[in-house]
Amino acid sequence: MNTINRRLVLGGIGALGIGASAAVLSGCGEGSAGKPGAAPATGDGGAKGYDGPNVELDFWNGFTGGDGPYMRKIVDQFNSEHSNIKVKMTVMQWADYYTKLPTAVSSGRGPAVAIMHVDSLATNAARNVIEPLDDVAKALELKQEDFSDVVWKAGEYNGKRYGIPLDVHPLGFFYNKAVMTKAGLDPAKPPTNADEYAAALDAFKSKGIQGHWATPFPFTGVLSVQALLWQFGGELFNSDSSKATWHEEGGVKALSWFSDLVKNGHSPKNVAQDADNIAVMNGKNAFVWNGIWNINTFKEKKGLEWGVAPLPNIGGTKAAWAGSHQFVLPKLKTPDQNKSSAARVFVNYVSQKSLEWAKGGQVPARKQVRESAEFKALPEQAALATQIDDLHFPPPVPGIGDALAELNKAVNESVLLKAEPGKALADAAARADKILEANRKKYGA
Amino acid sequence: MTVQASAGAVRRRRTRTSTAVRGYGRATPYLFLAPYLVLFLLFVIGPAIFGFWMSLHDWDFQLPGKPFVGLQNYKDLFDPLSATAEPFWHSMRATGIFTVASVPFLVGLPLGLAVLLNRKFPGRTFFRAVYFAPFVLGVAVIGLMFRYILDTSFGILNAFLGLFGISEIGWTTEQPWAFVALVAVTVWWTAGFNSIIYLAGLQDIPPEQYEAAELDGANGWQKFRNVTLPGLRPVTVFIVIITLLASANMFGQSVLITQGGPGDTTTTALMVITDTGFSQFRMGQATAMSYLLALCLAVVALVVFAVVRERKS
Repeated sequence: MNTINRRLVLGGIGALGIGASAAVLSGCGEGSAGKPGAAPATGDGGAKGYDGPNVELDFWNGFTGGDGPYMRKIVDQFNSEHSNIKVKMTVMQWADYYTKLPTAVSSGRGPAVAIMHVDSLATNAARNVIEPLDDVAKALELKQEDFSDVVWKAGEYNGKRYGIPLDVHPLGFFYNKAVMTKAGLDPAKPPTNADEYAAALDAFKSKGIQGHWATPFPFTGVLSVQALLWQFGGELFNSDSSKATWHEEGGVKALSWFSDLVKNGHSPKNVAQDADNIAVMNGKNAFVWNGIWNINTFKEKKGLEWGVAPLPNIGGTKAAWAGSHQFVLPKLKTPDQNKSSAARVFVNYVSQKSLEWAKGGQVPARKQVRESAEFKALPEQAALATQIDDLHFPPPVPGIGDALAELNKAVNESVLLKAEPGKALADAAARADKILEANRKKYGA
Repeated sequence: MTVQASAGAVRRRRTRTSTAVRGYGRATPYLFLAPYLVLFLLFVIGPAIFGFWMSLHDWDFQLPGKPFVGLQNYKDLFDPLSATAEPFWHSMRATGIFTVASVPFLVGLPLGLAVLLNRKFPGRTFFRAVYFAPFVLGVAVIGLMFRYILDTSFGILNAFLGLFGISEIGWTTEQPWAFVALVAVTVWWTAGFNSIIYLAGLQDIPPEQYEAAELDGANGWQKFRNVTLPGLRPVTVFIVIITLLASANMFGQSVLITQGGPGDTTTTALMVITDTGFSQFRMGQATAMSYLLALCLAVVALVVFAVVRERKS
């Protein structure tokens, strides 16, 4: 079946198919070190620099927000320090980016360097979009000890490294200090556990303030529920990721706690996208759990007295949701030694400049940067960085995001009070199991 | 001599041209059609056949293996236990609800508008422009704008309704309000386009027919009923069909304003197809869905033709 199919495709049924097969075929023999027989220029993985002829590197990412200018600054700096490498950064919406990149790679127009979220690595590795870069890690002498365990391991798939961690962006607990003062709470001491949190919410309620708006959308309602699930000792998937387990005790407790915010009057019903965050900025809401990227949003709002702390421990175990941006090297259809080496030099450079990147509202992945005095001088980022060992990522399984999309629906229905948490989660888990099964078949796991 | 020679040349040339015209071959019409046909084959028929071929496989253009599965992708859509059936049929229901709710407004309202804008009054051109203006905006613009307007807590719409003591409505997070909002936004956005087509149709109705009706003593309503409406029939068929198809292909409004919610109630067929094909990379299943949707739309379009076609008296 397969050969017939391949032959038909190569026979010219579609340009797309041809490109794909060609990419796969060339990908097989290529390896990350480029042309066989040639000097292993990538053997040093970019640690010793690049002295070849001038090259232009395309660098794709989705930094459309406040983080974009910081990355551009780093790129400009890199270009001015490397006369023979010119990095051209192209920014697009993440959603478009993940659709465009595989197509670009298969037609030979892919970039030399790109950024990917940690939860997309496995899918793109399985789909031959990116290539392993163990040599880079080795050459840069990146070791597990330089990073936190979860971040480091998250860059691996099938025993190979596909991502060099740039940053982590955990969920944090943002609070409006003025609203806390109004309710008689000490703004220097945000609640840190379930009892304190409940007491604070009741204090707000007695002043007629709804203290923690619960949003039904992925950003950041579902992220909050995931954090709570881990806090309550739950897991999203079983150990081999063949079944969703979010409908078990931890998940039900998590979603119940979150949707009870609405039932108990700590949140209005039907909160629209971002309204929870806007409400904190307007002084109508006191607490919001949002990503670390929110730091710069709050900083720009004049007169807003706010603080940020690690997520309170509601469930009993410290845990927080986080994402991570990782450097990846998309497969080049025609291996280009010079590009490959230059790309590695660039990755190495940015990885060491991650302090500049931290100012854009991120936690650097490198321990050495995280522990530097300069990073500690960024109080908000540093506060959230303390969660680094409690962070969780989805398992490195191809297509895991397809299954997680079902959790979004369950949270949505439950927070909008359309379904009971237990039932919503169980229904979503049943749908996710089917997707996981289809994915196992598709990716041959 | 020279005059004669040149005259002969002219005559010869004439004969040659006339023979060329007389002898135009059977291929001529097709040669004239060729430029369009090439594009049509390349960008419509070709991909359609390729898409059908895809729908018989587990197709991911990035994976080396694309196993042939026959009609399994289609069968799966009718098997409630499969991973694709539930999202697809839910999305078909959402698409159906939106289409049924929006088409009457998108056909009726622009007709009224066109009749009004066809009268002579000062500022007519200005108003024609005003009603057409929203249509030039991109879906991203109107989507984002209405997300602000419709926001439950801070939206200007709920603030306005609050003046009359109406409590907060979840325009994007509660049913049936989410559909009400989507239909209203779409009508506001695209009604101007249909109005312009109606307007063109109105200007094609010969004024003599109105004169004749007036001589017969017809009042305004009778003129509308017996002259305007029959005169607009072909235009109306066109508008109904394109509006049906446009509504059935609704995508951006749901993505941007309701994000398919609450639950998956406003997730349209196109959203599910896009998600299946381009974020889950199950192109075989996605093309199977597309074909089923296309089939449904073809049936609906045929029914509409049958109902509103010009009856021979």
